[in-house]
Amino acid sequence: MKKFLTFTTFLIIIIFNISKVYSIEADIFVQSTVNRASEALNNKFSKEEKINKLKDIARETVDIKGIGFYTLGAYRKNINDYQIKKYNTLFEQYFLKSFASRLAEYSNPEIEVTSKKKLDQNYTMVSSILVATEQRPKVKIDWRVYTKNLENPLIRDLIIEGLSLVRTQKEEFSSIIQSNNGDINALFFILEDFIK
Amino acid sequence: MKKFLTIALVSIILSSSVHAGTDGENNLSKKNPGQVKDCFETVNRVTFKFNETLDGAVFEPIAKTYRLLPSEIRVGTSNALDNISSLITIPNNVLQGDIKEAGINIGRFAINTTVGIFGIFDVAKKIGFSEYKKEDYGQTLAVWGVGAGCYLVLPILGPSTVRDTAGSFANALGGDPYYNISTNGNNEYLTTSQYMTAKILTGINFRAQNIDSLDNLEKNSIDFYASVRSLYLQDRKQKISNSNSALEIIYDADWEEIDFE
Repeated sequence: MKKFLTFTTFLIIIIFNISKVYSIEADIFVQSTVNRASEALNNKFSKEEKINKLKDIARETVDIKGIGFYTLGAYRKNINDYQIKKYNTLFEQYFLKSFASRLAEYSNPEIEVTSKKKLDQNYTMVSSILVATEQRPKVKIDWRVYTKNLENPLIRDLIIEGLSLVRTQKEEFSSIIQSNNGDINALFFILEDFIK
Repeated sequence: MKKFLTIALVSIILSSSVHAGTDGENNLSKKNPGQVKDCFETVNRVTFKFNETLDGAVFEPIAKTYRLLPSEIRVGTSNALDNISSLITIPNNVLQGDIKEAGINIGRFAINTTVGIFGIFDVAKKIGFSEYKKEDYGQTLAVWGVGAGCYLVLPILGPSTVRDTAGSFANALGGDPYYNISTNGNNEYLTTSQYMTAKILTGINFRAQNIDSLDNLEKNSIDFYASVRSLYLQDRKQKISNSNSALEIIYDADWEEIDFE
């Protein structure tokens, strides 16, 4: 019994320490992600290299699958397993292409993380500022970070000056499905066309 | 009368495009009773296409040229236009019952118009005034409980709602002191053409500040019309609530469902 208790105590300490070592604060996670993206956007890289680097960063730091489900809204409940699988594949390709293409236009964007607020056990909102340039004023960007698993936080939304990118995406997808009488295949067709 | 109608139309168009919306709702789901319906979607899409063509041929090239001006000139122009817009913001602060903000904006206007040389320099900001937030009659109607009505795309002016469009009419019906003084007032310093110039510059300034983001959005959208509609309605909702936080976006039921699935 004594041996068992010693072992259990030891195990708990180990687990506690491991989780402490690997848990990442949301604001540090965002700043680190931003720094990586800034590095990827350095002008020493070609546009193709930039895009590939940005895609790698997105795969590691963004909850693409979660965003995909959210974006589909209520329609996700009415599609079969095959369609879900197809959607997940298409959405990931669409997201990565769209995300990388949007960011690749910028060169060395300067983003400063200013604060964070833990909303509940699942989410932390990290606030940041995209520093002004001669061409545009400063931009406020909030990052919705899924922090349920502290060891692996994931970005779920960017809220730019109060405008949610994933909500916009969701309403865009919804509009396409609605205007095609609820046929999700119309969305698949458009996504495939975009990915080409 | 003709002159009045022309000014009213241009005023509505420009103020609509600049304010980018007025609504309290942005959920287009048919299940949501508080939704903003796109009742005229077919017509709206045609108008949207027309606006896009016009923008590409006229407004975007002008905005791109405007952007070539030295930043000091653009910032000064933007500051001066914001200063003029506070003449609409202040009565709306009062109508919304926000007397404190009205007082702050009166102080800001007085300082920037005098020390800041007709608003070219934002002196008030430098001495610690809070960030300026524009208000308009569309927002006031929303605060008073008027529903957004259907989503509209106006020719030239762009996205709006029935409520926002009605709110814009108030500017030309005596709600805009600058319009009243320059057009109806009998004075040698301010004229209708100066009023019109200010309105047109406001539109160009807005377009110039958003060239990259709009180009980027268009390039990466699979339904640009739907994206613009969503962004407009989100923007208006935020402006009506005078909130900087995205709390309603954060507590979205769809996310909660996904977390439990």
